Amino acid sequence: MGGSILGNRVLRKEDPKFLTVGGTYVDDLLDEPLLDGALHVTYVRSTVAHGVINSIDTSDALAMPGVRAVFTGADFGLEPVPSNFNPMVTRTLLAMDKVRYVGEPIAAIVSETREQGEDAAETVIVDYDILEAVVDMEAAMATSTLIYDSAPNNVVFDTLVLGMPDNTGEAFLAGCEVVARGKFLNQRVAPCPLEVRGAAVAWAADGRLHQWLSTQHAQGAHGPIAAMNGVDQAQVRVRTPDVGGGFGAKIGIYPEELLLGPISKRVGTPLRWRETRSESMMALGHGRAQVQHVAIGGKRDGTVTHYQLWAIQDSGAWVDMGAILAPFMTRPMASGVYAIPNIECRTTSVVTNTTPIVAYRGAGRPEATAAIERAMDLFAREIGMDPAEVRRKNLIPKFMEPHTTAVGQTYDVGDYETALDKTLTTADYAGWRAKQAERRARGDARQLGIGVSVYVEITGGVGSGEEAEVEVLPNGKAVVYTGTSPHGQGHVTAWAMLASEQTGIPIADIDLVWGDTDLTPVGSGTMGSRSLQQGGNAVFVVAGQLVEKAKSVAARLLEANENDIVLDKDAGAFHVAGTPALSKTWADIASAEGGISAKDNIAVPGPTFPFGAHVAVVEVDTETGKVRHIAHVACDDAGTVLNPMLLEGQIHGGVAQGAAQALLEEVRYDSDGNPITSNLADYAFISAAELPSVTVVHMETPTPRNSIGAKGIGESGTIGSTPALQSAVVDAVSHLGVSHIDMPTTPEKVWAAIQSAR
Amino acid sequence: MIPAAFDYKRAGSAAEAISLVSEYGEDAKFLAGGHSLLPLMKLRLAQPAVLVDIARLTDLSYIRDEGNHVAIGALTRHHDVENSSVLRQHVPLLAHAASHVGSPQVRHRGTIGGSIAHADPASDLPATTLALGATYVAQGPNGTREIAASDFYTGFLESALAPDEMLTEIRVPKTTGATWGFQKFNRRAQDWAIVGVAAWRRGNECGVGLVNMGSTPVLATSVASAIAGGASVADAARLASEEAEPQADMNATAEYRRHLASVLVRRALESQSA
Repeated sequence: MGGSILGNRVLRKEDPKFLTVGGTYVDDLLDEPLLDGALHVTYVRSTVAHGVINSIDTSDALAMPGVRAVFTGADFGLEPVPSNFNPMVTRTLLAMDKVRYVGEPIAAIVSETREQGEDAAETVIVDYDILEAVVDMEAAMATSTLIYDSAPNNVVFDTLVLGMPDNTGEAFLAGCEVVARGKFLNQRVAPCPLEVRGAAVAWAADGRLHQWLSTQHAQGAHGPIAAMNGVDQAQVRVRTPDVGGGFGAKIGIYPEELLLGPISKRVGTPLRWRETRSESMMALGHGRAQVQHVAIGGKRDGTVTHYQLWAIQDSGAWVDMGAILAPFMTRPMASGVYAIPNIECRTTSVVTNTTPIVAYRGAGRPEATAAIERAMDLFAREIGMDPAEVRRKNLIPKFMEPHTTAVGQTYDVGDYETALDKTLTTADYAGWRAKQAERRARGDARQLGIGVSVYVEITGGVGSGEEAEVEVLPNGKAVVYTGTSPHGQGHVTAWAMLASEQTGIPIADIDLVWGDTDLTPVGSGTMGSRSLQQGGNAVFVVAGQLVEKAKSVAARLLEANENDIVLDKDAGAFHVAGTPALSKTWADIASAEGGISAKDNIAVPGPTFPFGAHVAVVEVDTETGKVRHIAHVACDDAGTVLNPMLLEGQIHGGVAQGAAQALLEEVRYDSDGNPITSNLADYAFISAAELPSVTVVHMETPTPRNSIGAKGIGESGTIGSTPALQSAVVDAVSHLGVSHIDMPTTPEKVWAAIQSAR
Repeated sequence: MIPAAFDYKRAGSAAEAISLVSEYGEDAKFLAGGHSLLPLMKLRLAQPAVLVDIARLTDLSYIRDEGNHVAIGALTRHHDVENSSVLRQHVPLLAHAASHVGSPQVRHRGTIGGSIAHADPASDLPATTLALGATYVAQGPNGTREIAASDFYTGFLESALAPDEMLTEIRVPKTTGATWGFQKFNRRAQDWAIVGVAAWRRGNECGVGLVNMGSTPVLATSVASAIAGGASVADAARLASEEAEPQADMNATAEYRRHLASVLVRRALESQSA
């Protein structure tokens, strides 16, 4: 081997399978004996956004071909359960008295085939008294129409209730020479994993419940499933087959998944459930959905001294994780990369008659970054300074000891100016500005726009460490058990690299086990860009512990002092220092012990704060408003890089999703709360054809908060790219008098902005 | 996303297909490439009782030089229209327009006849063949008849075809000596056009078809008249929407569509492609 495997472009071990026979997803568990004879579940969903249920008539559905049973909430005697985040808000897992969004599950049909279930679902008759639909999040604060009668109003979470100070309005900005204000929409988007939600359940002969789940966190689902079924957790095994993407929306467990155990118990057969894409667009959680009122103030020389943000967070029709992203993710990151001495930030989360909001790639931090980055552009425009220069002037200087911002958040390490400089240089920022000036001078129909963002985010905010076990089998091969849960990230490769680095066992001989509550009962899953810095770190540390343990075995076998034993990683064998001829391989040691393993829960002292800078270049057709994304440079400093190829993949995907939000994607409802973007033709899911090749600038500032110096990378690309793109579009038409265009910057919006500025 | 139940019949010949459809009447639909019909069925917006699959009628897949026009079999896939050397030489506008239909996967399945018979105003090929002055050939229980493209489109997803008639051939006049332009304005490469324009010009003679500017594909005759009368392209293009009644939808207001049509007609007529 020679040298460290860490930091190398190691090809993904998992890809030969995915690229040839394909993964094994929940729907592919056709040979699983426990699922023999499984019937199919189809959920009947609300077709109205807000209404009182008068009656649910399932008699026609019961008579449909292949239908074995139809259940409503009443059949299970479902009781209202409170939200984890606001106990005043309660719902039943199947709507019984009231529906609150189009797509909410009302009844469950059990049929021999999925197709029969779909046909039967159309015959269930639900009689509603239609109520006013509350679709707009600001209207939700003002209306007397309550979505939850048990709560005093539609505001379900507010920083004021948490005891945080209110914003002080105009008084706050009184001393500023310059103030710029804006109201920004950070629109609702759909996570759109290629694999929609799916699950399967079986009650085994021994009374245990087995549930397979397309999830980011099997261990998180374990307790709720046990509680739902009224059994001890030990009586439940949750397993995660391959998962085709989650983007945050598969962190939590959904009603449709929780109900499968009780339904299976009732009908006495195993069950499969797989939603359709149309259902997924309505009932898998959505992301983002903030309205941001910002004011930024400072001096004419470009110094920003004041920043005020009021973020209104749409929680959708349930108080899920989305409700707490604004106070706990957006607010702490309000200052961004800037040394702003005075900051006020209030957040207010409201319920609406729309699909519930959950975590979605970035989850609260992209919203924080978009707010401050768009505000910086407004400020730059107000004082006539280049947006990159205004940023440079206000950056927090390089720090290698913790730094605390005015909003009270402490960052680990940061070197923002270097990130900005590297990105501007690589992008040839000055060159693009010169080309822009030429086109403006000529009055071309197609104008250039250049957008800059500098960002810092918080990763590893979930979990305080992770569990890992590394086991070497008597044949010398290793198995790593992790509490993280890959669904595209490449843990099979990355965790093998970390274990290999410590043990010298080749990565080809290291397997990974995850997402099985019997084999990996403890784990915090994969979310919040935590996996490498907590899960990978744990594998690295525990593999080191295993080496020490193996040394003592080797000492015994070699009849030597343990302190004299060294591991020759190239040979994968232990020997007494200076006498390599006499050695014991991993297989020798594992055989002597009947297998050898180490297992530990490795804590980390806190989250990490990746940062970077993006430059986006667009061409805007000023006659039509159409935007073309023509160049993108991304510098995302995620600390010490384990595998640059995995890092670049995360950045490419992140930039794609960020560009998608800036330019294309938006979940929309009509005024009655009917979704109008419920398939991938109407919802403008981005494709490769809409994207430029992304240039990645490498920069590594290790964090001291774990053994491998790693910060998160899974969400950075999304966070940095979105405001860069949005600002680029505005920049392309700013000389025509346009100062802001809300996302997504669709052709008609851009065209209309030009028209109204003229 | 799962269609309602339906019967499936596979036809071995055009005559058999027509007889099957005659037998089942309004409840039957021809299935060719399936790229318009099947999505509607999956959304349960269409629930035909019987599908008569005509995809195996390979004798209806051809592109032939017929002297003053090119004859295209209705079951010719978009991919073959796009790559036909006969069309590229004699009707390059149509070959180019076909290259903009959907994605490569769609172009390998979808057929020119299916697209035209579906009569979707947002599809590229109905408006393009309309601009080109094409003639469509329909076969029914009593033989064949020719229908001018300008008489074919009668309403939203409605055509002059009788329920028991099958579109069998598209005849497109050659555009020798003409310049042409095709402007498809959409958000993503694979999307339907928000507005599209297919145009050719030979001196003061021209044909301009509009995509997604109303309930049917639109022939912009005012533009052609203005050009014939010696108007500049810029002036003629301002008349782009004269015959159109564009609707608002989630992608565009009617006003924006009219604006786009003028810009795109101008660009299409200014194009020097030949």
